[in-house]
Amino acid sequence: MSLLANGFTIVAVLAGLVFFVAGTAGLLRFPDTSSRLHALTKADHLGLGLIVLGLLPQVGGVGEAARLLAIWALVMLSSAAVGPMIARLTRGQEGAE
Amino acid sequence: MIADLLLAAAIAAVATGSVLARRAFTAVALFIAYGLLLSLAWVRLAAPDVAMTEAAIGAGLSGVLLLGAVRRLGPHADAPANLPPGLLLTALIGIGCAGVAAALGAAILWLPEPAPTLAPQVAAALPTTGLGNAVTGVLMSFRGLDTLLEAAVVVLAVIAVWSLAPDGGWGSAPGARQPVVGRGPLSLLARMLPPIGIVVAAHILWVGADAPGGKFQAAAILAAMWLLPWLAGLATPPRIAAPWLRMAVVAGPVLFIVVGLAGAAVEGAFLAYPPGWAKPLIKSIEVVLTASIAVALALLVMGPPEPDAPR
Amino acid sequence: MAEFLSIAALLVFATAAVGLLRVLRGPGDPDRVMAAQLLGTGGIAALLLAGVAMSAPALVDLALILALLAAFASVALARAAPPHDREPPR
Repeated sequence: MSLLANGFTIVAVLAGLVFFVAGTAGLLRFPDTSSRLHALTKADHLGLGLIVLGLLPQVGGVGEAARLLAIWALVMLSSAAVGPMIARLTRGQEGAE
Repeated sequence: MIADLLLAAAIAAVATGSVLARRAFTAVALFIAYGLLLSLAWVRLAAPDVAMTEAAIGAGLSGVLLLGAVRRLGPHADAPANLPPGLLLTALIGIGCAGVAAALGAAILWLPEPAPTLAPQVAAALPTTGLGNAVTGVLMSFRGLDTLLEAAVVVLAVIAVWSLAPDGGWGSAPGARQPVVGRGPLSLLARMLPPIGIVVAAHILWVGADAPGGKFQAAAILAAMWLLPWLAGLATPPRIAAPWLRMAVVAGPVLFIVVGLAGAAVEGAFLAYPPGWAKPLIKSIEVVLTASIAVALALLVMGPPEPDAPR
Repeated sequence: MAEFLSIAALLVFATAAVGLLRVLRGPGDPDRVMAAQLLGTGGIAALLLAGVAMSAPALVDLALILALLAAFASVALARAAPPHDREPPR
């Protein structure tokens, strides 16, 4: 059982890492701001989400697990709100140029 | 070790970038990143209490305060494009910076070994307070006077900021009038985040007795949760002439002083707590102080009333 | 397991720190806001991994504070960005 849980943790955390690396690579390499925004939101949502998911079997109690999930939900909420604001800002600035 | 080197390099890079930035907005964006990295550095130094304060006040509130300052400065905020300092000035700046760096380096190299510490005394005396977190014990009991003065300084800062109100602005609502956004992402966040944030702040304040956390961190979160609807134009701040607002700002320090004086009367020393009463008294002071500091921090970020403020 | 999580924390942080280049380079304000946001999320992920690895619940609380305040700071940054951007050439 614990072997299964550990395996799940390793797979999920590694997958989360892949999304963080991809998000950073996209942020650095994509040619324009809108594509970079696309890369960033994947790291926010999936990268952190998979890491939180992977950590769930490792924590002691229900309270601790709930706190992890709350942090993920908070980041998703704020990222979902900031994303459109950045997109709007980009459009405004490109229009002004 | 790799983590520490990476962290130090990132902090130095962000700090340099913030100083070199020509535009004020860039400098503030880098300053916020700098606060975030500093918070991680405090984690590596095994000081989670300081890390929390740095994350809440250093990265969050100070950054937003600086953004307000940039807005107030207007066109003067950005450095002029072509203004090379003279050779003499460059040399003097270089000598000054090298001197400060050398003095800091010398001070660190000449630290006595082992470093002088009061930690064993604190650990030995902590059970008398009934608290589990040594940092809270030091802040609220052993060095309570320092914390009282800190809280008073925050009140003084609010008075200083308000005294910058323009003619005709005195007594009206603080800060610039924020445009109402009505619907959209900002409005959504400003409605959904504060209830969550208030719960988190209560949690951080409460665990502060036995684990890292406490009043300044909780107050900074509460202040941010008030500032968010203000930024979205959803909440109009009260006029600074409102008596209840002024009461709210001074209530915490006043309660602290009253408890301190009571300690002088009962126990014979200012800020001494009667045996057995330390924890309930400390928690009561902390709850009221949190509310006062939260209001004061939010007022500091909003700034003085402006001429176009609603009357 | 603790070692694996610690290494993962280091890698996430390293990735986010590389993203800092975007804050330094820009070129536009949206890019800076995004990189700051990524640094915030990366910092949160690293804290959670380290907190579970060292079983230090204080780090999870710190991540909670960071999540709230990073949202607040990102919103304020996106709100305050001036309509004209780009660092002037030196």
